[in-house]
Amino acid sequence: MAEKLVIIGAGMASGRMLEELLERGADYDITLFGAEPRGNYNRIMLSPVLAGEKTYEEIVTHDADWYRDNNITCRFGETVVKIDRKAKQVVSAGGVTPYDKLVVATGSASFFIPVTGNDLPGVVGFRDLDDVEAMTAAARKPDGKAVIIGGGLLGLEAAAALKLQGMDVTVLHLMDHLMERQLDPAAGYLLQKELESRGINVICNAHTKAILGHDHVDAVLLEDGTIHPADLVVMAAGIRPETRLAVDSGLHVERGIVVDDSMHTSDPHIFALGECVEHDSVVYGLVAPLFDMAKVLARTLTGETAAFIPPAVATRLKVTGVELFSAGEFDEDDGREDIVFRDPARGIYKRLVLEDNRIVGIVMYGDTADATWFFGKLTMAEDIGPIRETLIFGPAYQGDGLADPLAAVAAMPAEAEICGCNGVCKGTIVEAIADGADDLGKVRAATKASASCGNCTGLVEQLLASTLGDDFEAPTEQPVCGCTDLTHDDLRRIIKARALKSIPAVMQEAGWKTSCGCHVCRPALNYYLIAEWPLEYRDDQQSRFVNERNHANIQKDGTYSVVPRMWGGITTPQELRAIADAAEKYNVPTVHVTGGQRIDLLGVKREDLPDIWADLNAAGLVSGHAYSKGLRTVKTCVGTDHCRFGTQDSTGLGIKLEKILWGSWTPHKVKLAVSGCPRNCAEATCKDVGVICVDSGYEVSAAGAAGMELKETEPLAKVATEQEAIDLTVAFIQLYRENARYLDRPYKWVARVGMDWVRAQVVEDTDNRAALCARFEVSQSVYRKDPWAEQATDEHKQNKWSPLADLTLEAAE
Amino acid sequence: MSRWIDIAALDDIPARGARVVKTAQGCIAVFRTHDDRVFALDDACPHKNGTLSEGIVHGAAVTCPLHNWVINLETGMAEGPDEGQVATYQIRVENGRILLDASRLSARSAA
Ligand code: SRM
Ligand SMILES: Cc1cc2nc3c(=O)[nH]c(=O)nc-3n(C[C@H](O)[C@H](O)[C@H](O)COP(=O)(O)OP(=O)(O)OC[C@H]3O[C@@H](n4cnc5c(N)ncnc54)[C@H](O)[C@@H]3O)c2cc1C
Ligand code: SF4
Ligand code: FES
Repeated sequence: MAEKLVIIGAGMASGRMLEELLERGADYDITLFGAEPRGNYNRIMLSPVLAGEKTYEEIVTHDADWYRDNNITCRFGETVVKIDRKAKQVVSAGGVTPYDKLVVATGSASFFIPVTGNDLPGVVGFRDLDDVEAMTAAARKPDGKAVIIGGGLLGLEAAAALKLQGMDVTVLHLMDHLMERQLDPAAGYLLQKELESRGINVICNAHTKAILGHDHVDAVLLEDGTIHPADLVVMAAGIRPETRLAVDSGLHVERGIVVDDSMHTSDPHIFALGECVEHDSVVYGLVAPLFDMAKVLARTLTGETAAFIPPAVATRLKVTGVELFSAGEFDEDDGREDIVFRDPARGIYKRLVLEDNRIVGIVMYGDTADATWFFGKLTMAEDIGPIRETLIFGPAYQGDGLADPLAAVAAMPAEAEICGCNGVCKGTIVEAIADGADDLGKVRAATKASASCGNCTGLVEQLLASTLGDDFEAPTEQPVCGCTDLTHDDLRRIIKARALKSIPAVMQEAGWKTSCGCHVCRPALNYYLIAEWPLEYRDDQQSRFVNERNHANIQKDGTYSVVPRMWGGITTPQELRAIADAAEKYNVPTVHVTGGQRIDLLGVKREDLPDIWADLNAAGLVSGHAYSKGLRTVKTCVGTDHCRFGTQDSTGLGIKLEKILWGSWTPHKVKLAVSGCPRNCAEATCKDVGVICVDSGYEVSAAGAAGMELKETEPLAKVATEQEAIDLTVAFIQLYRENARYLDRPYKWVARVGMDWVRAQVVEDTDNRAALCARFEVSQSVYRKDPWAEQATDEHKQNKWSPLADLTLEAAE
Repeated sequence: MSRWIDIAALDDIPARGARVVKTAQGCIAVFRTHDDRVFALDDACPHKNGTLSEGIVHGAAVTCPLHNWVINLETGMAEGPDEGQVATYQIRVENGRILLDASRLSARSAA
């Protein structure tokens, strides 16, 4: 019978150890205990999850299938409370579980600084998904205030993420400068400035005296008497190895559970790894050494001999837009010399600490492109004497023609480390590529390179490119246009996080390379600003494509088309008469019935636009926005009013939706349809949102397409009442407005974020649905109006629709 | 010989925008850039006669609204891979007023 292997803690270290063990084909009967009610996930990526840049699903490393396929008995949500070494069993809520071999991998816990009030509701650590969920919930409250205690890696990632979530954020840091364990004062200062420019309030030398509040936290009181109001306090002042079980059972514990080179504790049947251990008087807090321990322990458990050799570790801060790298030692010390490079204008700082002509420390801020190159020299203890003069300028200046990044990776030695987290060197990756891993995902699966913190993704892609040559297609997100290096998603984040409220402000802050953008970025920026700040931002007409500026579609001969709204496709003899009159009066050459259930008057002269609109307005007709990235049409069928099969009032619902949604600006155009029964005469299943009425209610589906691509909608939810169908539709459109890239139709956006995520936001989370509807309504208080009526005034005729001057006579002289 | 005609105030044209001047030979588009420089070009794209005055103005260039050719306002030349040129007209801005050299207009009507 297989030996019983029991593991306490389903975290990053034990997860990796299990993979290594299974790869070696070890024959154990494995039971895995985890205090969290879920399996192993990439804890490092909790920061991007908190920032809303990733979802929890994206960071799961082992799902239920994996545990089942590998015959691992999972006891998730079950805390081990005791190790009985004599009886060789562990005790948990589910009873006793015997073991032959036991692995302790309990990680660490957030350190809650010992001040009064540290146990108040609203005070959280930053360690697991529950913490992230608690923070996200707090961030949902409008105008919420967060105070982060601790300006280290965790605290700053939390601060940046919560700021992105719209909170008012203050960081309280005990020391003189941020991240003092990884950064020297100069880099700490640059980092502080960057965070402050994002609207994060940073206070150094802040000694917390107490956390105030009665049944919930209200504020944080500092020794100097200042009070910082808080709805949420995040304890990020450090971590403590989770050693309680080990201490109680009498294992040798110092700061962590003491292990030898092969990961044995003081009990020959018990092993330990991860953040809970102490090896050679050192306790670790980053994954790279823990993954090395995982390899060693897997070997030990399969009877091989292996020894843990502490690796050099490097830190990067995972805050989008902040480039920061630190490794090794940088304290001033006899016999150490510095090489420093500063470019204050660009906010760049690089410092190399040398000892005996070898790099022992690296601090880089603002530009970390060469970090891997330096770090390689640090880990290999390379003699940099010969290149000392130009060392700080990086590989590009070493006279070997490596300015091209592809040439630089191609020139790296096979043993150069690419992925710090997983200790994967270049040779391993190149081998994997040669064996058929021809994209990032496959390289990740084969080698784990870039699978943890993701910072080396760019390097891995360069390796793919240099190894595969033209066969490699870079999947990387493209910048918006040549005016900026930022992607659409970056832009949306920056606008929100830095509270930028005008196009010049965005261009200034984000370092636009052109004086005033171009026809690609300006319309996108204009939309993002409208969507983010509906009440404050002033629409920039000069950044609108002609059709949206002129509220009509330009034709190939410079004339325009005019499409009045027909709510839900319903019209009246009186409206038709007004349209006919207008067509005659303005000599409209073509009158076409559109595919959107209304009438298009094509070939109207520019100068006639305000007059034809005024005539149509007089008959109660308003703009149909046939020209906008906004709501176009809501097609309906005749439904219960006339049709023998109709189940609900599809026409009425269509009209209601159109009246709620019209005038809103969206990333691309939006079309809806409502059909009265599953025969679906309004073609609802190829629209951006489609509703099909059935006897028991409304089937709402979304993300269809029938233009350049053809795609059936995906179900959102089935609801019982008309109001729910409306709310769901509005919430979906607002979610689309807040998240999609400019010029992505809903089906493209949903393909990226996943319908499951969308459903979680608008179907399952009813509070969120209501909040989305409320935000949509705020925006519509500005935009739900007829632009034709606004544009048909004398003032507009004077300033916009008439020529600047008429020189026809002048020229004829 | 230049013949300067006062056509409008600078502020009659929105920054990064354009308006047209009607002439017997067709419309001239008068552009105002973000830094208040003013340029005048025939209001017809060298590609397929698109209305340049309705394009998006950026730097000293305009993107044609019909098929996105980018026309340099200083030279009237199409930028990038596209080839073509639009006629340009002399413009002066004095005391907030825009003056257009009308000599070309008469010259052309005379021709
Ligand atoms: C007028 C109309 C054709 C007609 O006479 O029936 C029409 C006309 C144009 N369509 Fe359309 N589309 C019209 C219904 C449709 C439909 C059918 C529908 O809405 O039920 C579709 C397929 C459904 C869809 O949108 O997925 C359709 C898919 C497109 C597309 C492709 C969109 C896509 O994402 O794949 C474009 C191009 C674009 O928007 O970038 C387009 C673009 C255009 C433009 C705006 C081209 C342009 O930029 O100048 C045409 C403007 C003509 C004008 O001046 O009025 N039109 N177009 C229809 C107006 C409907 C309305 O009442 O507002
Ligand atoms: C937000 C955040 C960002 C980070 N960023 C980085 C980074 O960029 N780079 C980097 O290298 N590292 C980073 N880290 C650190 C990294 O996540 C840890 O080093 C790593 O997760 C430690 O692995 P572990 O297996 O030792 O512990 P953990 O991953 O914490 O796993 C321990 C597990 O054991 C469970 N457990 C504890 N006690 C018991 C018990 N009695 N019974 C049952 N289960 C128990 C815990 O609930 C936990 O799930 C970050 C950490 C956080 C929280
Ligand atoms: S199908 Fe093409 S040609 Fe016809 S209206 Fe639509 S865009 Fe114009
Ligand atoms: S007409 Fe100007 S780009 Fe085609």
